[in-house]
Amino acid sequence: MTASSGPRRTPLHALHVAAGARMVDFAGWDMPVQYAGVIEEHIAVRRCAGLFDVSHMGEIVVRGPSALEALQRLTCNDASRLSPGMAQYSALTTEAGTPVDDVLVYRLAPQEFLLVVNAANDAKDVAWVRERLPRGAEAEHASERFAQIALQGPSAEAILAAATPARVGALASFRFLGAEVAGVPSIVARTGYTGEDGFEIYCAPGGAEAIWQALTAAGKGHGLQPAGLGARDTLRLEACLPLYGQDIDETTSLLEAGLGFIVRLDKGDFLGREALARQKEHGVPRRLAGFEMVERGVARHGYPVAAGGDPAGQVTSGTYAPFLRKNIGLVYLPAALAREGQELDVIIRARPVRARVVRTPFYKRPKPVPRGAGGA
Amino acid sequence: MYPEHLKYTKDHEWIAVEGSTGTIGVTHFAQKELGDVVFVELPDVGRRLGQGEELGTIESVKAVSEIYCPVSGEVIEVNHALRDHPEAVNGDPYGAGWILKVRLGDAAELSGLMDAAAYKGYVGQGGH
Repeated sequence: MTASSGPRRTPLHALHVAAGARMVDFAGWDMPVQYAGVIEEHIAVRRCAGLFDVSHMGEIVVRGPSALEALQRLTCNDASRLSPGMAQYSALTTEAGTPVDDVLVYRLAPQEFLLVVNAANDAKDVAWVRERLPRGAEAEHASERFAQIALQGPSAEAILAAATPARVGALASFRFLGAEVAGVPSIVARTGYTGEDGFEIYCAPGGAEAIWQALTAAGKGHGLQPAGLGARDTLRLEACLPLYGQDIDETTSLLEAGLGFIVRLDKGDFLGREALARQKEHGVPRRLAGFEMVERGVARHGYPVAAGGDPAGQVTSGTYAPFLRKNIGLVYLPAALAREGQELDVIIRARPVRARVVRTPFYKRPKPVPRGAGGA
Repeated sequence: MYPEHLKYTKDHEWIAVEGSTGTIGVTHFAQKELGDVVFVELPDVGRRLGQGEELGTIESVKAVSEIYCPVSGEVIEVNHALRDHPEAVNGDPYGAGWILKVRLGDAAELSGLMDAAAYKGYVGQGGH
């Protein structure tokens, strides 16, 4: 949010440092990677709640009479299914059917959409969108206007309810509303990146601290913990949510990545539609598969994977999964090998360590929030 | 945080010597830097290690780190309890979190290691 040299700081930076967080450079931002410890924070989110500063995420507002047309052309999900107050997971796509970025699309008004994008892709996405806008739509690079706080976990609703007059309990999954949180005008969305129920709260940078403090206070007695990017990564991987730059990028098709559920071939033409329709018809040569380690060892990004002694792929994400207490990972495998039960070897420090393809997601929360119709 | 009776390395291992046996682990500073330890890869008993040779790896949720042998010697015991409880490295780095024992190859090597005061000064400056 500041333009000084060196890594950028969110409006909550000083609070993180004061809380004893370990800070790391992430996509050009000095971000908290952990407070009490990744495992403790991860478990807190699964059992109670965690509070994340994700103000590094980028925002683009597309508005104008042709805003919907722009979204329909540039993203693969069907933005026409969104009424104001609804959100969907989607992707900006290349002609090849690969993601420029994966994004959350919020319809703020009939002619206004908010796209929340990955921090590392912020500038790239803005340029990509602007170069391809139809007449009658404009794209505002709005990242400086927004801080973002994610409150995630089964207790998130009770905690948030104590800090806002809005009826957040009535908010369905992938719905949002405008509300004051701690007196700060905000967008409150029932979305997240942890596999847990929860909310993402967007506000002006100047209001972030008041919201953070109010939620922290409201979370006392609910087991709320501040949580860093370390836990965010292990949580999203347990839930099998892809990370751009690791599991997906401009070389991976959305269908290979298992993201067919956001590809709406029936909505009309869009960038990449032809390629994706062809892939759907003929099948994709490789698929992103989830595996768990059978023998002891932690798979990490970039480790080679073999099947029957032959090279089969590379780990895109791998970690110890704190809630499942297993070592898990994702790998693109030839389609024939991407089936449950397939035996693999992950090559860890030149030694093959046994692993097995398993059903994904690795973790699914027991009681999902009812989904709002139309969002996806 | 840095017991007086131990010797320390620049790579953040400690060694406790009793007779000709050295017990080795990683320091409080190391476990804190690593974060939650989830896996320790141990060498086989009987392996001969040179001073400074990699004896195994220690993995936290986020990082992989090598462990180096503070002295030369032969591995006579490894801490099998770490297989199921690697978190002992975090909770009790000088006790239950010990990693292995060696029969010292050359006791003279110990004089090249830091004492607690020197190590404390070393990590006080960042430990790099």
